[in-house]
Amino acid sequence: MTVPLLEVEDLRLTYRSRGRSLRARPVEVLHEVSLTVAEGETLGLVGESGSGKTTIGRAVLGLARPSAGSITWDGQDITHAGRRERRALARDIQVVFQDPYSSLNPALTIGDTLAEPLTVQGVGAREARRKVGALLDRVGLPADASQRLPREFSGGQRQRVAIARALAPEPRLIVCDEPVSALDLSTQARVLDLFIDIQRRTGVAYLFISHDLAVVRHISHRVAVLHRGEVVETGPAPAVTSAPRHPYTRRLVLASPVADPVEQEKRRAARGRLTVSVETSPTPDSTGATAVQKTDFHRGTR
Amino acid sequence: MTDGLGPTRPRAPRRTAALRKLLRDPQALTTATVLLTVVALGLLAPVLTQHGVNEASLEHVDADPGTGDYLLGGDRSGRDIWARLLGSVNTSVVSALIGTGVALVIGLTAGLVGGYYDRLRSITEWVFSLVMTFPGLLLLIVLMPMTKGDHRVTMLIFGVLLSPGVYRLVRNLVLGVKNELFVDAARVSGLPDARILRRHVLFAIRGPVIIAAAFLCNASIGVQAGLAFLGVGSATVPSFGSMISEGFANLYIEPLQIVWPSLLLGVITVSLVLFGNALRDVLEGTVSAPSKNTARSSLATRTAPVGATPPELLVIEDLTIAYPTPSGELKEVVSGVHLRLEAGETLGLVGESGSGKTQTAFASLGVLPREAVVTRGSIRLEGRELLGASERELQRLRGRTIGYVPQEPMSNLNPSFTVGAELAEGLRAAADVSRAEARERMLTLLERVGIPDPPRTFASYPHQISGGMAQRVLIAGAVAAGPKLLIADEPTTALDVTVQAEILDLLRDLQKELHMAVLLVTHNFGIVADSCRRIAVMRQGEIVETGTCLDIFRAAEHPYTRMLLDSVLDEHSVRRDPPPSVSRILAKEER
Amino acid sequence: MLLYVARRLATGLVLALLVTLITFLLLAPSFDAIVGNRLGAGATAESIRAMKTQMGLDRPVLAQYSDWLARVARGDLGDSFFTGERVGHTVGQHLGVTMSIVLVTLALSVAFSVALGVTAAWRGGIADRVVQAVSLTGHLVPNLLVAIALVYLLSIRLGLLPATGFTPLTDDPATWARSIVIPVTALLIASMAGLTAQIRGAMTDELRKDYVRTLRTRGIPARSIILRHALRNASGPALTVLSFEFIAMLGGALIIEKVFAIPGFGSYAFDASLQGDVPVIMGITLFAVLLVVVVNLAVDLVNGWLNPKARIL
Repeated sequence: MTVPLLEVEDLRLTYRSRGRSLRARPVEVLHEVSLTVAEGETLGLVGESGSGKTTIGRAVLGLARPSAGSITWDGQDITHAGRRERRALARDIQVVFQDPYSSLNPALTIGDTLAEPLTVQGVGAREARRKVGALLDRVGLPADASQRLPREFSGGQRQRVAIARALAPEPRLIVCDEPVSALDLSTQARVLDLFIDIQRRTGVAYLFISHDLAVVRHISHRVAVLHRGEVVETGPAPAVTSAPRHPYTRRLVLASPVADPVEQEKRRAARGRLTVSVETSPTPDSTGATAVQKTDFHRGTR
Repeated sequence: MTDGLGPTRPRAPRRTAALRKLLRDPQALTTATVLLTVVALGLLAPVLTQHGVNEASLEHVDADPGTGDYLLGGDRSGRDIWARLLGSVNTSVVSALIGTGVALVIGLTAGLVGGYYDRLRSITEWVFSLVMTFPGLLLLIVLMPMTKGDHRVTMLIFGVLLSPGVYRLVRNLVLGVKNELFVDAARVSGLPDARILRRHVLFAIRGPVIIAAAFLCNASIGVQAGLAFLGVGSATVPSFGSMISEGFANLYIEPLQIVWPSLLLGVITVSLVLFGNALRDVLEGTVSAPSKNTARSSLATRTAPVGATPPELLVIEDLTIAYPTPSGELKEVVSGVHLRLEAGETLGLVGESGSGKTQTAFASLGVLPREAVVTRGSIRLEGRELLGASERELQRLRGRTIGYVPQEPMSNLNPSFTVGAELAEGLRAAADVSRAEARERMLTLLERVGIPDPPRTFASYPHQISGGMAQRVLIAGAVAAGPKLLIADEPTTALDVTVQAEILDLLRDLQKELHMAVLLVTHNFGIVADSCRRIAVMRQGEIVETGTCLDIFRAAEHPYTRMLLDSVLDEHSVRRDPPPSVSRILAKEER
Repeated sequence: MLLYVARRLATGLVLALLVTLITFLLLAPSFDAIVGNRLGAGATAESIRAMKTQMGLDRPVLAQYSDWLARVARGDLGDSFFTGERVGHTVGQHLGVTMSIVLVTLALSVAFSVALGVTAAWRGGIADRVVQAVSLTGHLVPNLLVAIALVYLLSIRLGLLPATGFTPLTDDPATWARSIVIPVTALLIASMAGLTAQIRGAMTDELRKDYVRTLRTRGIPARSIILRHALRNASGPALTVLSFEFIAMLGGALIIEKVFAIPGFGSYAFDASLQGDVPVIMGITLFAVLLVVVVNLAVDLVNGWLNPKARIL
């Protein structure tokens, strides 16, 4: 199979910053981004805030409109897919969001939340109930969870529900937008293993978005690094996350503290040796005003 | 017949939990009963009264209660007050239903549509601005010739006049909800808009709308009564307003006549308002200003022996903090915590959420929420006992001796003050400096913490600077008066990793420069390895292990610590199994 | 910013235009009845028709409206159908009367509500419960009944204050003060009910916010934090509530004015509407709409000053 499942080519996206300011300057959030995801693989998308990683995910899901470029799914152009097309795509492309507390409707029971994507696709009520039970089992939640409300569950459990919801229509790609960032350390590890387990069993592909390099390394086959709306480096996970070539990726790797005091001291020294680069990029912020020096600059060794 | 899913019949969905709570609330129950009784009385009027509402009888003019079969007497036209009273109830009920109904239908629909669809919003805003600027009362009166005083038509118009209020309420609620992730998830699931609006948006906002409905009923009844009082209304249809007006005119002759309608109107109004409040309490939860918890145990105010300063800067012993549960009991969130911090050293307080680490930090600053109870323990700073100290003493210590760096940069700055104004005020509260001197010092400090253009940032508002800059500002504010102890509560969790590294560098430098002790609260072992000399691990309110950084990372003793360290993702946790059909694409992709 | 103000005023004028036009259109069908009222008993269809022509009320409706508009642009609001007085002058007079009551009420309401609301939020506990009860009481009792009860108690029974009548401030301040005590009290209770609850709620929310805690850790005294920082941020929504109350009071004081025989804006509007005094009704409508526009604009500007994020640059 030479055709990748998902192909993003030269994608541009501009936000028209609305608001009270009369000078609403448009901000280009994605600048000719290209990436691919193959069947059954995990592409990790790593970047800091403002890198546009979440925007890519939203564009793929149809929650944000690209201004140029293309998104191709299984050979078909879905860049400007209409509502009906999107509804059909819902069978193939799903999402797990970051915040386990607001991604589930607090007023609906778990069972209702999980059954909804099924009944919308035309599945009968009884069949839907059966599937809900199977889904809960797959993510390691008890069967009686379907009767309860989200507020009765912990963050990690809610995230499992979100995963179950994403799995309901048996998709081929799941966009995971920082799915473990809001979880505790111990829960994080368990939920990540669930993701991997599901991928091994069902062959679903992931577009895994995260700011945490270690998380991305743990789950991805390939990694793409984003910086200010551009892809600066792509490659196999071990290579990109341990021996990166692009200076920004190197900065990223050296900035992540390692959980060992001796190693961390070495890493800190290595970071200090990196060339001092004062980054001043007057990116217009949301008020339209150019807050110069919005970024922090890097100090060399003291 | 089981289908393998457990119980054969699913339990009743918990969404009626709200209803059940409502029934159990005494205020809601009483007022609802009163209202239902009143409405029932009105409906049963044909059965309960012997006379028509306009049936006048000369011998019953201004009659006393009980004359003949006039239960409450007769009014100045000789009509049965009791019958008219029940008739007024019906009038009010109809008024409430029409007024509220119309307002809700119009306001709710427009609010949902206007709130959800940005493009339609400008239209709805215009329309409702127009309706809102209409002098309402005037309109009702002007249209009298057309409505002929029929209260039903009048209430219809009033409902239209009330709809902008409902529109604004619903629009704001929808705007708040439509960006919630569960709405996004519904869209990704392929749900059509109508269903999203109905099932997700409307369902999520129903609380405030129901509450508003109760108050709308009250307003409708009130306005109709008022209009009737002024004579704007049908002469044949009885209403509280007209009865009160006639009673007022007859005040000297028969004062009781004004009492009956006033009483009943008062009861209806009071019940509606109290019911509305009860609804609000149940559906939204009371936001009551928590009272200072007087349930403190006997904490002896230990006056520290003043003399030689002990080597330990901060000593926490057996600290126990508890919060009252809804049932009234105390639940401990911190239990018997012991900590020691020497001058100039960095102690990492590590734990997951719910471990109590932030509570311990707040206790040391004396900024625990009001409801918190410290049931036992001691916190000594330089030998001086902090628990039980007066607010004044604590205030003197804060800023001057103890500093605090919070987690979230943006929400910890006053949005309506310039950064500089807030910093200067903080410095002047902790150190005795003039306004000009405070400004100078803070500008220098801003530069020291790495802000490129101090004067510009000084004059900026929080929303004009980035998260990383805001955190530097907060650090500057915390160390401005040169405190001996700095409590940093997850200072880098909300920041990008590159910024995090810089902030950690900054904190380390400042610590050396100012010879501060730092209590660093975090959940990240990497940060601990980077910055701390000693570690204390917390779990569910207790310290499970303490030791030097090196010791703990090499050979942690407690199983929980070991479990946490094992959960840390490191260089070795890489994906090894390849996905199917990947190799060819791999070869293509490598740049 | 001037551009913003100009834009709002322009929008306001358009609104005034629309509202007065719609009002006139709604009045038009009643012209016959109005003229009949003016002629009094014994009016025949003949005399009504004749009078209509004389008054110019038989012309096309839109033509009549544009004439009125043209005159208003020149500053002439016309004369009352029934009393012949200059509309502009009389409306202004009545408005002044109501304003003197409403402004006093609102000033007192703000002072009391802020004091009570802040105390309730800060102290909590019993103080909070008391304030909530006070606020609730205000909501519970309809204006109407309060007014009547007060008149009964203070005037009829105890003879302390005049039951009815109004003396303008300019004539004699002392008598003016006495004549407005009961009306102001009646209005005050209702106004405070809403405002106190609003401020209390907003302050409670504000005091829970992160920045308040951080300010405390700097060593800033509590009073300073509450009054300078928290209150300022909590005022925004309270201001909006205040503006609603102001506008509502202009018309809503109607019942109070009737009960106390005060020649105010509300009762003037009421009488004019009942009679169908078209020029007066149009004049009142125009005044009312413009007042609403101006008040809303003022509130938005103050909000912008209070909250820099909402500021119009």
